[in-house]
Amino acid sequence: MLSFIFRRLGLLIPTFFGITLLTFGLIRMIPGDPVEVMVGERTLDPQMHADAMHRLGLDKPLYAQYIDYISNLLHGNLGESLVTKSSVWVEFKTLFPATLELALAAMLFAVVFGLLAGVTAAIKRGSILDHGVMGISLTGFSMPIFWWGLILIMFFSVKLGWTPVSGRLDLAYDITPRTGFMLIDTWLAEAADPAANAGAFKDALMHLILPAIVLGTIPLAVIARMTRSSMLEVLREDYVRTARAKGLSPARVIFVHTLRNALIPVLTVIGLQVGTLMGGAVLTETIFSWPGIGKWLIDAISRRDYPVVQNGILIVATLVIVTNFIVDILYGVANPRIRHAK
Amino acid sequence: MSLLEIKNLSVEFGSQHNPFRAVEGLDLTVEQGEIVGIVGESGSGKSVTMMAMMGLLEGQGRIVADTLQFDGKDLLTISARERRKIVGKDIAMIFQDPMTSLNPSYTVGYQIMEVLKIHQGLRGAALKQRALELMEMVEIPAAASRLAAYPHQLSGGMSQRVVIAMAIACSPKLLIADEPTTALDVTIQAQIMDLLVNLQKSQNMALIMITHDLAVVAEVAHKVAVMYAGQVAEMAKVPGIFRKPAHPYTEALLKSIPEHSKGAHRLSTLAGIVPGQYDRPSGCLLSPRCPYVQDKCKAQRPGLTAIEGGVVRCHYPITAKEA
Repeated sequence: MLSFIFRRLGLLIPTFFGITLLTFGLIRMIPGDPVEVMVGERTLDPQMHADAMHRLGLDKPLYAQYIDYISNLLHGNLGESLVTKSSVWVEFKTLFPATLELALAAMLFAVVFGLLAGVTAAIKRGSILDHGVMGISLTGFSMPIFWWGLILIMFFSVKLGWTPVSGRLDLAYDITPRTGFMLIDTWLAEAADPAANAGAFKDALMHLILPAIVLGTIPLAVIARMTRSSMLEVLREDYVRTARAKGLSPARVIFVHTLRNALIPVLTVIGLQVGTLMGGAVLTETIFSWPGIGKWLIDAISRRDYPVVQNGILIVATLVIVTNFIVDILYGVANPRIRHAK
Repeated sequence: MSLLEIKNLSVEFGSQHNPFRAVEGLDLTVEQGEIVGIVGESGSGKSVTMMAMMGLLEGQGRIVADTLQFDGKDLLTISARERRKIVGKDIAMIFQDPMTSLNPSYTVGYQIMEVLKIHQGLRGAALKQRALELMEMVEIPAAASRLAAYPHQLSGGMSQRVVIAMAIACSPKLLIADEPTTALDVTIQAQIMDLLVNLQKSQNMALIMITHDLAVVAEVAHKVAVMYAGQVAEMAKVPGIFRKPAHPYTEALLKSIPEHSKGAHRLSTLAGIVPGQYDRPSGCLLSPRCPYVQDKCKAQRPGLTAIEGGVVRCHYPITAKEA
């Protein structure tokens, strides 16, 4: 197991280099530079432009800029935003809990309903329920996030008025961020001062529901389909027949003897969805004006804020890689045959 | 009263309009402590009969019978919940391939203890003690340490012993062994057979042995049912059925044992295959393959008639000569 972990860690080094090259290259391929974007439509004196570029160190040849970037990285320096002048790491730390809260809520939604839908479809194979569930999940999978988000806002927020349109919390509340998770912060605030913060938790929850559904739709569809096919495969196994022959209840046969084995491939898929989730977060946060790293990165790209784009994406990529790594280890926990393999 | 009584059992698969009868009009009785062998080619309905009785067909097959009684309980009208109290406790089953019959995600100990927990409500130390006893009963060496082993860490023979331990956990009245040795090495086969027969004696349970191996049946069984295309062709006591087979199919099966063809150039075989879903003859099901076929056989299906020590489904049972 230990050698397995080290081998996987060794593979990460080239991956990281690939990511730095990609982000470094791509952001510089977009026309315009940070100075031009900052100045906007006003005409810019070429001499001032050159001075500004020199101050930012962007007049150096590309290879020199890349070497600077990597050497900074190796010193643990993630740089500063060209626009706000504050540290990329500090900005990330402030914004990340919002994205994490959204992603966790979306994942919870996707896993709970995805597993339920997949298991139901597998047990009732070939029934209307099966076709219905799978049809809906295919629709969900093919739905463009921005369109789906807008439709939900139109219906639930604008027409029915059930949920707020955007943001994380109503402006009427003034909550001190302690954990950065709005649900926890409002809970604490309500407990500390019930009079001033009445209803804050519910308000935060209502703000979270729509974006979580939008972001969780694709992972839900993928998990449901994977669970269904995996369940159907395991249901045909001899050991499921053995479990029935032992006189176990149908619930025990399904959840203890079938689902446990069917979950192994589903777990991998859930891990892979973390990448999709981060990509989806960028769109979802933009639609719902959710102040997380997705929106932060989009803004950084439009401002050509090179350090934020490069290192922001690097951090997000690292998170995705680390999650998949953890999933690989969990895979061993769920499957004794892998755990014992030398 | 017999322990198990099956009368006129039929199992159908497929649609209502175009059903396939895997088992047709099957009669079988098993007494307490009796060993019954069921032999027949693949697809003759041996396993399906047993699965139907245990309720393992899960709504895929339609089951019809005049009588399906176990230990005084009517398995046809019983609720699924009531049936689950019997299955795994009073009737237990051992399957063909031990390597795939155990759940790979749980330890051997867990899977044995699960039966004890569900049916006998054992808990804690008593539970573990009983599981250990069972492992020792099926002669698994170093039983205590093997409780924590996962199925993939055991050989085929060891796995089959675990499956047997699981099956006899609640001292069943009837044990069904569905080709318990087919997937094992020849040397291990003999050990497992010995173990099963010894357990049958010490636990005084009835044993239904589904097998291709006539030699095994001849050695241990009290009674043999020969199945062909979903029907019982002949059912009679041992050793009578081996000395004087009444059905041409039984005779052909016995002739195809290699030991019986010593000195011959070719092994004796019965030409043709078991008729499938669409090509079942209107007369006797064996008529296209039977060496003694007559006109009546092609026209009319024979019913079961009593012979000495059993029943046979043939218009012209072989009576005169000794096989």
